[in-house]
Amino acid sequence: MHLAYPAVLSALLFCTGLYGVLARRNAILVLMSVELMLNAVNLNLVAFDVWLSRAAEETLHSGQALTLFTIAIAAAEIGIGLAIVLSVYRNRGTSDIDKLRDTAEGHESDTPDSEAPVDEKADEKAEATA
Amino acid sequence: MTTTTLAVLVPLLPFLGAAAGLLLGRTAPGYVRPLAVLPTLTSLVLAVLVAVDQGGDQAVNAATELTPTGSVPIELALHIDGFAALVAVLVGLVASCVQIYSTGYLRDDPRYPSYAALVSLFTSAMLLVVYSGDLIVLLVGWEIMGICSYFLVGHYWETPEARAASLKAFLVTKLGDVPFLIGLFALATDAGSFRITKILGTVASGGLDHPTLIALLLLAGVAGKSAQFPLHTWLPDAMAGPTPVSALIHAATMVAAGVYFVARLLPVFEASQAAMVVLAAMAAVTMIGSGLAALAQDDIKRVLAYSTIGQLGYMTGALAVGDRGAAVFHLLSHGAFKALLFLAAGVIIHAAGTNSLAGMSRMRNLRDRVPDAYWTMSVALLALAAIPPFSGFFSKESVLGAAEHVSTGHTEHAPGAAGWIVLVAALLTALLTAAYATRLWLLAFRGHGIEAPDHGRQPLTMTVVLWVLAVPSLAFGGFAYGTLPDWFDGRDLAPTLTTSVLGTGVALVGGIVTYAAWRHTTALAVRVPLGAVAAHPEGDAGLVEAEAIASHAPAYGDVASAPDPADPGRLLLGPLHRHAAVGFHLDAVYGALFVRPVQAGASLVRFLDREVVDTYVRGAGALPRWLGIAVRRAQTGNVQTYVSALLAGTVVLAVAAVLVATGA
Repeated sequence: MHLAYPAVLSALLFCTGLYGVLARRNAILVLMSVELMLNAVNLNLVAFDVWLSRAAEETLHSGQALTLFTIAIAAAEIGIGLAIVLSVYRNRGTSDIDKLRDTAEGHESDTPDSEAPVDEKADEKAEATA
Repeated sequence: MTTTTLAVLVPLLPFLGAAAGLLLGRTAPGYVRPLAVLPTLTSLVLAVLVAVDQGGDQAVNAATELTPTGSVPIELALHIDGFAALVAVLVGLVASCVQIYSTGYLRDDPRYPSYAALVSLFTSAMLLVVYSGDLIVLLVGWEIMGICSYFLVGHYWETPEARAASLKAFLVTKLGDVPFLIGLFALATDAGSFRITKILGTVASGGLDHPTLIALLLLAGVAGKSAQFPLHTWLPDAMAGPTPVSALIHAATMVAAGVYFVARLLPVFEASQAAMVVLAAMAAVTMIGSGLAALAQDDIKRVLAYSTIGQLGYMTGALAVGDRGAAVFHLLSHGAFKALLFLAAGVIIHAAGTNSLAGMSRMRNLRDRVPDAYWTMSVALLALAAIPPFSGFFSKESVLGAAEHVSTGHTEHAPGAAGWIVLVAALLTALLTAAYATRLWLLAFRGHGIEAPDHGRQPLTMTVVLWVLAVPSLAFGGFAYGTLPDWFDGRDLAPTLTTSVLGTGVALVGGIVTYAAWRHTTALAVRVPLGAVAAHPEGDAGLVEAEAIASHAPAYGDVASAPDPADPGRLLLGPLHRHAAVGFHLDAVYGALFVRPVQAGASLVRFLDREVVDTYVRGAGALPRWLGIAVRRAQTGNVQTYVSALLAGTVVLAVAAVLVATGA
């Protein structure tokens, strides 16, 4: 199999994931998109490992070993991520990323004049994503 | 053991006691009292042994140099002559009495361990000053005494009076200590040594280049330490400390350190006629002013404080006429009877529950409540008023005799003017002394009105030491005036007929006039009820005293005086009374001269700091702050925005990297 096929597939997967991360509003969907991006990377790793080991005299298949490592890490990461989303949902009654803006500048700002524009901007953003 | 070893142990033992007391005070409270009393008693015994060994013969000198310190060497030196040996015995005696008395006086005080350790440290420092043969070592003891005095005056730091008094005592004495230090350096530079023996040798051969300057600089420190005009204002306020502290530090020993210092270096002062006249004028103003002020005080301890200032004036007067034997003689007898007066006053304050003479004059039978204090205080007051045959008579007569000797033309050491100044002032002060001593006795023990409160017997530790001190107050002068010249310079200290008759005469006149005034005014006492007593009469004496001091100003309107028309002092002083009660407004003068300019300077500096310096600081911070505000606007809180920005940045960087790599 030519290297182009898995590479193109992985690029498509990555772009789909990137779109999901940037555009989705539900935190669970964002997490799923992150998984897509990770898997695109995994696919790349395996494909290139096979392609490179074809020419080498002897190889450790480090690309595939790294893939296994990434899968284990991803499993742990998604577990923690989902737990966070769950507790945020229990606390706030929503898992909408646009509404989780506690780190926004202006909540405990010392210059009150900078608060209003931020809020306006946030509203605009919310309208735009809606 | 040799005399030198004994003499080294004398200051060392109380120092070790103080260190042990400070370390063990919390962990082993049972050892605090033995650690306070035993080292002091031991060093008293050793001081007596040293005095016996020395015996008034050739001075014991010993010195060791620890390390070379540059141009003028500093040595750990002892110089024990008759003066040092006898003064050390006095210090040991008074310190032992005070330590024993304190175990009763402050028996429930939670801060007793640190108090006792500081008293021990003070004793050690004073003994160091007495024995030291090197001026820098002397200065070390001098300054340790200053800081101990600061801590002990502020013992009741809960009361604002004690806090203010401790700061005032420290600052005023330091005001004198700065010129003192400069004077010491100037003296050592001229003489090429800090050793007292070498300095005296240089003076004897006329090698001192600036005698007047040095003497005047040193006099400033002496005036601060020995509470002489114009630096005496701290001493009456220092009475806010516990009574045993007043007895030890502010009556018998520390304030005598200045006099003792001049006595040691008297040839340096005699080298300058101007310094001797200044010393005489200082003594005269101090004596008369303090006598008048003492007549107007209401607080029993403040009366004694002004009396101390006056008696120290006698000593400086004796020094001004070049007779240090008379000065140290008066120092010794005064140390004994003034310590007794203060300790007895502590008992009286405890029994009466007030420190106000106006309050005591409205109590009947106070003398029956405290018979020990009554009898011993009577002895001490007679000694203070210089009535023969009490010890004060002989020592005061020796001062008067020395002044008369100089004023009649025997001016080998001192200018004749100094003799006249001292003689006239001393006679006038003898009158005033007898007057305020009589007033104190009459008001405290001959009161009319309600029955004095009964608090049971005073602790044995507090009454026994009164009798111990009453013995030298009664008999020291009469037995000593014949033998003391062998210990001192050999000059005769026996009273002469003229001055004896004059001095005793004016003292009797003062006493009788005061008695007549008291008889005249005492009827008024019934009509004007006054008096406030402490809230916790069952507490230990220290607590009662602290409450009495704190309640004096609210009860009588002022910390020093009371609006009492039955006070004979008011009748005797007439229009002067108002000024004498506040120490002739010297505090107000200092307030206008020093305190207010300093405060104005402080507020100016505060203005400059807040309005000028801070403006630049705020201006420097403004630009970063506005930049920060601009950057902060990017912080929307939306994670997706951040990731978008990250992506855009990555793409830009990637494109740039590709462009650079291809060389476009």
